[in-house]
Amino acid sequence: MSEFLQFLFSGITVGATYALAALGFTLIYNASTVINFAQGEFIMLGGMLTFVFLQSGIPMPLAILLAIAIPALVGIALEKLAIEPARDAEVVTLIIITIGASLVIRGLIQIWLGKGAHTYPAFSGSEPIQIGGATLLPQSLWVLGITALVVVALWYFFSRTLAGKAILATSCNPLAAKLVGINTQWVLLVSFALSAALGAIGGVLLTPITLTSYDVGIMLGLKGFVAVVVGGLGSGLGAVVGGLLVGVIEAMAAGYISSAYKDAIPFILILFILFFMPRGIFGAKVTERV
Amino acid sequence: MALLEVDNLSIAFGGVKAVQNVSFSVDRGLVYSVIGPNGAGKTTLFNLITGVYTPSEGDIRLDGKSIAGTAPHRLALKGMARTFQNLQICMNMTALENVMVGAHLQLDRNMVKAMLRFPGIARRDRELKDEARELMRFVGLESYWNLGASSMPYGALKRLEIARALAAKPQILFLDEPAAGLNTHETAEIDELVRKVADSGVTVVLVEHDMKMVMNISDRILVLDYGKKLTEGTAREVRENPDVIAAYLGSNA
Amino acid sequence: MSVLKRHFPLLILSVVLLLLPLVLPNNYYYDIAIRMAINAIIVLGLNLLIGFAGQISLGHAGFVGIGAYASAILPTHFGWHPILAMLAGAAIASAIAAIVARPIFRLKGHYLAMATLGLGIIIAIVIKNEATYTGGPDGMPVAALGLMGFEISGEKQWYWVLAALLLFSFWASRNLIDSPFGRALRALHGSEVASQVMGVDIVRYKVAIFVLSAFFASLMGSVTAHYIGFVTPNIADFFHSIELMTMVVVGGMASIYGSLIGAVLLTALPQALSTFEGWETVAFGIILILCMIFMPKGLVPTLAARFGRNGQEDR
Repeated sequence: MSEFLQFLFSGITVGATYALAALGFTLIYNASTVINFAQGEFIMLGGMLTFVFLQSGIPMPLAILLAIAIPALVGIALEKLAIEPARDAEVVTLIIITIGASLVIRGLIQIWLGKGAHTYPAFSGSEPIQIGGATLLPQSLWVLGITALVVVALWYFFSRTLAGKAILATSCNPLAAKLVGINTQWVLLVSFALSAALGAIGGVLLTPITLTSYDVGIMLGLKGFVAVVVGGLGSGLGAVVGGLLVGVIEAMAAGYISSAYKDAIPFILILFILFFMPRGIFGAKVTERV
Repeated sequence: MALLEVDNLSIAFGGVKAVQNVSFSVDRGLVYSVIGPNGAGKTTLFNLITGVYTPSEGDIRLDGKSIAGTAPHRLALKGMARTFQNLQICMNMTALENVMVGAHLQLDRNMVKAMLRFPGIARRDRELKDEARELMRFVGLESYWNLGASSMPYGALKRLEIARALAAKPQILFLDEPAAGLNTHETAEIDELVRKVADSGVTVVLVEHDMKMVMNISDRILVLDYGKKLTEGTAREVRENPDVIAAYLGSNA
Repeated sequence: MSVLKRHFPLLILSVVLLLLPLVLPNNYYYDIAIRMAINAIIVLGLNLLIGFAGQISLGHAGFVGIGAYASAILPTHFGWHPILAMLAGAAIASAIAAIVARPIFRLKGHYLAMATLGLGIIIAIVIKNEATYTGGPDGMPVAALGLMGFEISGEKQWYWVLAALLLFSFWASRNLIDSPFGRALRALHGSEVASQVMGVDIVRYKVAIFVLSAFFASLMGSVTAHYIGFVTPNIADFFHSIELMTMVVVGGMASIYGSLIGAVLLTALPQALSTFEGWETVAFGIILILCMIFMPKGLVPTLAARFGRNGQEDR
C-alpha cells in the first residue's frame, strides 16, 4: 500500500506539471489551431531562469516572477515572429515552425548555461512528510497547491471575466469574434503569453524535485501533449485530467513494471489512445463539410 | 430496372434531419436533376449516394445491388463518378494530371512495378496521356493541358472536374452544381457539355440552381425541400406544381 | 517527353558523381560526400511521404535506427550474414510501419505528427535500454559488410557503393512519382475527397508510402552502420528525426532535386558548426522557421517557380 501511495504521490506531482503544460497547449490550440511544440521549452525556461536569477543574488520571489514573466514575453515573441508571418500555412508548416522555435530556445539556453543539471532549494524545506508509509516532499504540496490555484484562477478567468470570454469566443469562431469587436490579434498574443507563463510556472515548481537542464523541455512538453490527447484536444478539463492521468500512469508503470522504460510509457499511452480513442476523454467530434 | 434506386433515405446531423425519407429512381441514360431551395439537402443527398456520408436509414441501390454506406473509393469501382460543389481539384498537379487521376482504377497501380519502370506501365501512361488530352478537348480545355491547375480560371476548373470524372468511364455521373459561380455564357457552355455527356451514354444526376439550365436539359426532376421529397416529374410537371412554386417563391396565402 | 529530356537530370547526377572524386582532396571529404548521399536517400523516401503525399513523420530516425541496430546485432550476436541482417532490419522496420500506420493514418495533422513522434521516441528508448543486445547508450561496433568474401572498406569503395545507390533511388523515385501510384499519391495530397471518389483507397496509400519510406530509411541505417563501423542510440533519436525533416522541408517538399539539395546543405552545416553544438541547434531552428515562413515549399520549388515553371510540382 505504501508503495502504491508513493507512486501515486510522485505521479500526481509530475502530473500537475503535465497538466499545466497541457493547459498551455490547449490555450494556444483553441486560439489558433496551432500545436505549439515549443511548449516544453517554457517549462524548462521557468526552472532554468529561476536558477540563474537566484544564482545572481536576486531574491526568490522576484526571481520566480521574472522566471514566469520572461517566458511569457518569449511566448509573445514566438507568436509575433514565427507564427503570425505564417498564419495561413498548412498544419505541417506550423508544426515545423514551432519545432524550429523550440530548437532556438533550447540552443540559446545551451549556449548560455551549458548542459549541466541545476536546481535550487525547495520553497519550504525538503523534510519529507510521512503519509501512510509513503513520503511526500513539501515541494510536492507546493506543486499541487499552486497548480490547483492556477486551474481555479483560469476557470474563473474564462467563465467570469469579459477578457476570458473574449478568448473563448475567438477560439470558437475567429471571424465572428472579430465582427463583434474582439481584438483577435490581442487574443492570440495573450494566449501565447499565458500559455508560456503556465508552462513556466510548472517548471518553477517542479525543479526542486526533478532538477532542470537545457533539455528537460523536450520530454516534459511532449508528455504534456500526450496529456492533451488523452484528455481531448481543445478541452481545458481534459488537459488537467489528462495531465494527472499521464503522470500517475507513468509513475505506476515505472514503479510496478519497469523503471527503465519510464519515458516510453506516455508515448505508448498516446499510441494506444490514438488507436482506440483518438478524440480522448473529453474531446469533441468533428465533421468536415465537403 | 432503374440504374439507381434510392429508398427511404435519411440522415441526421445531431438534431438536424438533413435528409428525410427520400425515395426516387433514375433510369439508365437519363438526365435527372435534383433541385430545391438552399439548405434543402441536395448536396447531402449527393454525399449520401456517393459514399461520403453513411445514411442512418434507408437504402441505395446501384444496378440492383445495395451500396448504402459503401466507401467512396469502392463506389468508383462500380462506375460512379462525381464532381464537387466547391471544386476539389488537386492544385498541386497539372490539369492533365488531374484528368489522368480520374482513370486511376483502369491502371496498374503497383508500387514496385512503378519504381522499376516496368514497360507495361510506361506504355499505358503514354496512352493515358493521349486519352486525357482527348477528354480535355471534349470539354473544351485543350489549351490548358500542360498548365498547372492552380493557374486555371474558375470556369475552366469546373470543366476540368467533369473531364476528370469522365476519365473514369463511369456509367453514372453526379454533377454537384456544375454551373455555380459561372456567368450566362459559361453556363450555356456547361449546359451544352452536360448534353454531350448524356448523349454519349452516361447517366447524369445533376444538382443545380440555374433553373433555365435545369428545365432545358432534364428528363426528370426531383424537388427537395427541408430534406424531404416535395415532388418528382418531368420539367413541365415540376414547373407547374404549386407546391414547388410555393417552396421557391413563398405562397400568397 | 523524349528519353534524353526525361533522363537529363539523372545523367547530370551521374556525371557529377563520376567526376566528384577528382576534386575531393582527401578522405575527410569523401566521408562528407558519403554522408550526404546517405541522407539524400533517406530524405528521398521521407519526401515521398511528406512532400508528395502530404503526410508527416516526426520519428523517422527510429526506422534508421532499426536498420542500423539490426545490422549491428544480428551479425555480432547471432552470426547472421550482414546482407540478411540488413534485409531483416528493413523487414522489421516495414512491419512496424505497417502495423502502426493503419490506425494512425485515419488521423490527421497534429495527431499524425504526435503518433509518429511517439513511435520514434519509443524505438530510441528501447535501443538505449536493451543494453545487453545494443550496448546501451555507449553503442556497439558493427561488422563489415561483405559479399562472397569481398568486404567493402575504406571511404573510396563506400563512395562508389553510395553513388550507385543514390542513382538508383533517384531513378526509382522519379519513376514512382510519374506512375499511376505516384499520381494517386499526389492527388491524395491535393484533395483527399476527390482522390477517394476516383477510387483511391487513401488509407492504404498512406500506409504504403509510409512503409516504403521506412524501408528506405532502414536500409540506409544499415548502410550507415556498416560504413561507420559503429552505432550509437543517437542514430534513432528525436534530433536526428528533426534533422531529416529539416532536409526535406528546406530542400523542397515534393521535389526530388530538393531532397538532394536539402541533404547536401544540411549535412554540410553540422560539419561546419561541429564545435559549436548549441549554435548548431539554434541554426537548425532558425533555418526551419525562416524556411517555413518565406519558402514554405522549400528551396528548389520556390526557385523553380521564380524562374518560370507554371505551378506544377517539380518532377
